[in-house]
Amino acid sequence: MAYSNKVLDHYERPRNIGALDRNDPNVGTGIVGAPECGDVMKLQVKVDDANRIVDAKFKTFGCGSAIASSSLATEWVKGKTLDEALGIKNTDIVKELSLPPVKIHCSVLAEDAIRAAIADVKKKKTGGAVPSGSEAQATA
Amino acid sequence: MKPSIYLDNNATTPVDPRVLEAMLPYYREKFGNAASRNHRYGWEAEDAVENAREQAAAVINASSKEIIWTSGATESNNIAIKGTAHMYADKGRHIITQVTEHKAVIDPCKYLEQQGYEVTFLKVDKKGRIDLDELRRVMRDDTILVSTMFANNEIGTIQSIGEVGALCKNRGVIFHTDATQAFGKVPVDVEARGIDLLSASGHKIYGPKGVGLLYVRRKKPRVRCEAVLHGGGHERGMRSGTLNVPGIVGFGAAAELCRLEREQETPRLTKLRDRLWNGIGEKLDEIYRNGDPERALPGTLNVSFAFVEGESLMMGFSNIAVSSGSACTSASLEPSYVLKSLGVGEELAHSSIRFSLGRFNTAAEIEQTIDQVTETVQKLRDMSPLAEMAAEGIDLSTVEWAHH
Ligand SMILES: Cc1ncc(COP(=O)(O)O)c(C=O)c1O
Repeated sequence: MAYSNKVLDHYERPRNIGALDRNDPNVGTGIVGAPECGDVMKLQVKVDDANRIVDAKFKTFGCGSAIASSSLATEWVKGKTLDEALGIKNTDIVKELSLPPVKIHCSVLAEDAIRAAIADVKKKKTGGAVPSGSEAQATA
Repeated sequence: MKPSIYLDNNATTPVDPRVLEAMLPYYREKFGNAASRNHRYGWEAEDAVENAREQAAAVINASSKEIIWTSGATESNNIAIKGTAHMYADKGRHIITQVTEHKAVIDPCKYLEQQGYEVTFLKVDKKGRIDLDELRRVMRDDTILVSTMFANNEIGTIQSIGEVGALCKNRGVIFHTDATQAFGKVPVDVEARGIDLLSASGHKIYGPKGVGLLYVRRKKPRVRCEAVLHGGGHERGMRSGTLNVPGIVGFGAAAELCRLEREQETPRLTKLRDRLWNGIGEKLDEIYRNGDPERALPGTLNVSFAFVEGESLMMGFSNIAVSSGSACTSASLEPSYVLKSLGVGEELAHSSIRFSLGRFNTAAEIEQTIDQVTETVQKLRDMSPLAEMAAEGIDLSTVEWAHH
């Protein structure tokens, strides 16, 4: 199976690799997936006072398509408000990266990672309730 | 573009140019049907087939009369397993095999299960070896066949074939071994090891694809297999169909080269493989060797690189052909069942790479592989959340992952 040029490009030059301070009140961290399933994504967003995402970082254990999906996700969330970022759908990622059917789960994981990171920062900001459906996050 | 390096010789080998040379006349002027008894074309083809039979038999200390030509090891395994099961069904319907077999053994056994046979799948230890005491325990009066592979294709572990053969002889059970990866690479002696049936394949020994053999013992005991393919009664009735003469000539030539060169080739490959393992180990920590370093095929090295996933690793050195036990590389999306059966954690199965070295690999290629593999692993570890968590001192096995 050959990889699409966009997947190769994200693999060769991943955008926004790294980590933000997970204790910063303006940083949300989402960790999704499991090592025994072959992929784990950690995606972080940093917001300003207007809840606009000013920075995003990721680290991913997974195949090239998983790396590309999370790299693309960090590119896309930057500059968006939290609510706008929640509008990113895995199908958009599939389309942009031309992922084959067997790799669709990589895009689903990336969408989950975005949601988990956003839920985390929202929780920090409101100091309480997490909106339902977005608690996909690993706890150490 | 970096020059490509082929380290997937357990999947298939290139045809040795000397083998191809030997085959070509049988596509051109000597194109006869080995079953044509009335003219020179037929006689030439038959002579070539018989010569190849001698060449192949010599590798395993068999008589040429005991070699049945097939289309490959998959077919040989099917004849050996289904053929004996059907032939000896009156005697019993219990078969013993092991969990790390190739699908070409597992699936015929599963098929027989559906037909009312009972199959015991022996577990293996962390090196991939079966427990002979367990084998002894599970043998029953109605056991008709034991099938254990000689050497494993993923991890290279060599089984105690002689001991299994002796146990089978003792109990009057037929013993089949899938020697696809061992034939021509390590000493295989059907007499010394009490083997009754043995499968081998041309394309793993620098011969052509689409040709294989089944050794079927003729004396002490005389083993019989019911045919899977019915037709003109070729190959003692066990495998009908016009013989693939050029392929068989190629198998014979390839087998002979393996026999003549094995003594020099084994230490050469072992040295290259050990250099690969040591070279990677000098530059990386958290790497694990899967299999049995003491008793393994000379060219096989299976390594798990913690915190990085196999398919992404292979992408990083795409000019080097290897294979991975990662789920992402399989159609089933399951990681390697062989590695899982060793008790290698699933995450390490996803992180595994099989390097299988062969006749045409050079020391320079191994050095380049060491450099490229270690560079890629380092790059991917820098972007791995697992490496980061481990560095923070988090025990990954205690993390509650959000399962998908
Ligand atoms: C151990 C083992 N058995 C059987 C086979 C199947 O061989 P063939 O491709 O000749 O059918 C292979 C190779 O894929 C193998 O490694």
